[in-house]
Amino acid sequence: MEIRRSATKTAKAFLQIIPMIAGVLLLVSLITTAVPQEAYAALFTGHPVLDPLVGAAAGSVAAGNPVTSYVIGGELLRVGVSLTAVTAFIIAWVSVGLVSLPAEMEVMGRRFALARNGISFLCAVLMAALVVLVLAVPGGTP
Amino acid sequence: MKPEKKGEFSPYPFLFLGVVLLVYALVFVLDPDLAVRSCARFAALVRQVIPALGLVFLLLFTVDLFLTPKRVAGALGMEAGARGWLIATAAGVVSTGPVYLWFPLLADLREHGMRPALAAAFLYCRSVKLPLVPLMVYYFGWLYTAVLTVFMLGFSVVVGLATEQVEEWGGKKED
Repeated sequence: MEIRRSATKTAKAFLQIIPMIAGVLLLVSLITTAVPQEAYAALFTGHPVLDPLVGAAAGSVAAGNPVTSYVIGGELLRVGVSLTAVTAFIIAWVSVGLVSLPAEMEVMGRRFALARNGISFLCAVLMAALVVLVLAVPGGTP
Repeated sequence: MKPEKKGEFSPYPFLFLGVVLLVYALVFVLDPDLAVRSCARFAALVRQVIPALGLVFLLLFTVDLFLTPKRVAGALGMEAGARGWLIATAAGVVSTGPVYLWFPLLADLREHGMRPALAAAFLYCRSVKLPLVPLMVYYFGWLYTAVLTVFMLGFSVVVGLATEQVEEWGGKKED
């Protein structure tokens, strides 16, 4: 009977989250279809401080598989965008989720979700600067 | 807003879905081609997500059936120490599927006594994508990949602790 009770309880909880997941998936599908990959390059101006912030912001709003962020990041590097900006973009892509924020707030709590995403955004910029700094030492910049 | 509790009805998920469907209706009117392509991508995404969704359902069920608050607190609570961090970060690295599929499980574990810092660290460690390492090496080189991975694992602790501090600011766990 314990199994049945747990299954019912889990199914009820799951049914609550299904509309949220469907909504997030629909949004992700719309954004990834509507925004062409080449549109990201237009966001960067070459400013050493502003570009990492723009990179992190673009990564936070973007959605989809991280593979896409590597491909876009590689292309951005090729057209001259700084490694710091590209790194901030890649990190924010996988650690900050504005599209899934409503779902996270609903399930994990508003304060937790906002704090986690805000801190992750700041860390993306900070970490990008640190990674490039560390790479500059042995001359391993790609 | 409190984290969702099992069995407690919240209209918010349905409202959210309703708003998204309204956006789609608008896109259908303004750009039918974009809407159709988005729907096709949505169908493909659903097919990709179903196995991970099944896994999360199974884990939720297992947690409810076998884990007591005492057990969770021992492994992932305040007293868990370094072992708790190790479990949370390792589980984050190996977990698959989109991040939002894991929210219900983490909320459930938190109800059972999981430390907020470990929940945040788990979510952050999902940034480390082991199967995608070769692709990252291809685009950015092995040194960059190694340094970034080490930083991501290290920063998961920073993000976890900072999130916990903010969440418990003023002695309140939730708004």
